[in-house]
Amino acid sequence: MAITALAVTSTTAQKYFTKEGNITFHAGTSVEDIDATNTTATCVIDAATGDMEWSVLVKGFKFKRALMEEHFNENYMESNTFPKSSFKGKIDNISSVKFTADGTYKVKVSGKLTMHGQTKDISTDGTITVKGGTITADSKFFVNPADFKIEVPATNKDKISNKVEIVVSANLAELKK
Amino acid sequence: MRRYSSAFFKTGLFAIALFCFAQASAQTDTTEVDLLSLLGEEEPVTNYATATFKTTRVINMHSVENAAGGVLDFRISHRFGAINTGAYDLFGLDVASMRMGFEYGINDRLMVGVGRSNVNKEADAFVKYKILRQSSGKKKMPVSVSWFSSAVVRMTKWEDTSRTNYFTSRMYYCHQLLIARKFNESLSIQLAPTVVHRNLVKDSTVMNDVFASGIGARYKITRRTSFNVEYVYVLPGQIEDMYTNSLSIGFDIETGGHVFQLHFTNSKPMNEKGFITETTGSWEKGDIMFGFNVSRVFSVGKRQEPKE
Repeated sequence: MAITALAVTSTTAQKYFTKEGNITFHAGTSVEDIDATNTTATCVIDAATGDMEWSVLVKGFKFKRALMEEHFNENYMESNTFPKSSFKGKIDNISSVKFTADGTYKVKVSGKLTMHGQTKDISTDGTITVKGGTITADSKFFVNPADFKIEVPATNKDKISNKVEIVVSANLAELKK
Repeated sequence: MRRYSSAFFKTGLFAIALFCFAQASAQTDTTEVDLLSLLGEEEPVTNYATATFKTTRVINMHSVENAAGGVLDFRISHRFGAINTGAYDLFGLDVASMRMGFEYGINDRLMVGVGRSNVNKEADAFVKYKILRQSSGKKKMPVSVSWFSSAVVRMTKWEDTSRTNYFTSRMYYCHQLLIARKFNESLSIQLAPTVVHRNLVKDSTVMNDVFASGIGARYKITRRTSFNVEYVYVLPGQIEDMYTNSLSIGFDIETGGHVFQLHFTNSKPMNEKGFITETTGSWEKGDIMFGFNVSRVFSVGKRQEPKE
């Protein structure tokens, strides 16, 4: 009986997580492709409150070209000084997401994005897909490097977009304590 | 009766649980909960030092940096004439020595290269292997260590045609252990215990095997430029008196796929056995040369990550 009761409680306060979230960005222009992917983002979503947090190691972004990766870490993100990027925010319409029923739920997310030691408020749309017990969170948004004090030298202004597309995708599992 | 009490008990517990939950959420509002901390301690990762130097050379000397796996580095090194030749040679700009090289990363640890210099018509080939990589975190390693070996063949005409000349007399070898540490974002220092072997030397007063030690350092001025200095100390009594130790100072300037290295040096040769054992310029007399290395990298092969 007690167990049943606890189970009920934990469903109410369920949290979901991943340590293998995908974050890809496209920072290139028509002159040059600049794409990188990180597959080790961590995320926790609180299904009850809609609170969510993301964290990613900047050095974990993998590029096709080694030199680009070096420049990304050394000259742009300064990943030795700022090893992590993070997002701390909320799903504003969490009540419309039913984590126990299959479906695709449109969500609005807002919060604070921290990169390169700078924090900025952002908001974006995303989806949460529930299918046969697996939960997937997806979103796409744009950031301007200048907003995060990431300097682009004049010689590279034509290669690096000021609208960097960031694509986030994660399969979430139940967080059991 | 029993069922009834059971249901009652359950409802009661649920109410208590709900109450607890409400308490918990109330707490959420006042003190911010760090959701990610629920995942427990983060697993430590190994953080490798990258870009100890901007490119594969400090100035003349090889650095612990390699061309990454699948990357071709086309490199032109150029030394003008001595500055103290004065206005007639436009302070050396009328004279030029150069080496052209094709260097390739087989994987992220192993690179090979070939080059040709017009100084003594020499061709060279080298191999460089990263043995240790400086790291912190899960795996700790205070320094990066690379092995470097090169062979040079001198193709000038024989000076003395009256004797039997062997092809092997054209050969020179150099072996170095490159030991470097990136102390912080700006400062990196490298030591290079070195042995140069020369198959043919002038006479028995000089050595076939020459022991030397190189030291190089770079200090970053901005994110894309650095100040570099390099000195090679040859232990005394091994080479002809006319040769001196190599000393160079310069700047690295990085622009995307290019690295430009601009420097002043007293060494004309641009291969290892050359600047280590055959440097003639004197800094005191202004017998130094302005020079540059230009590196352009091309991604030609598939990128291969080294195994942990």
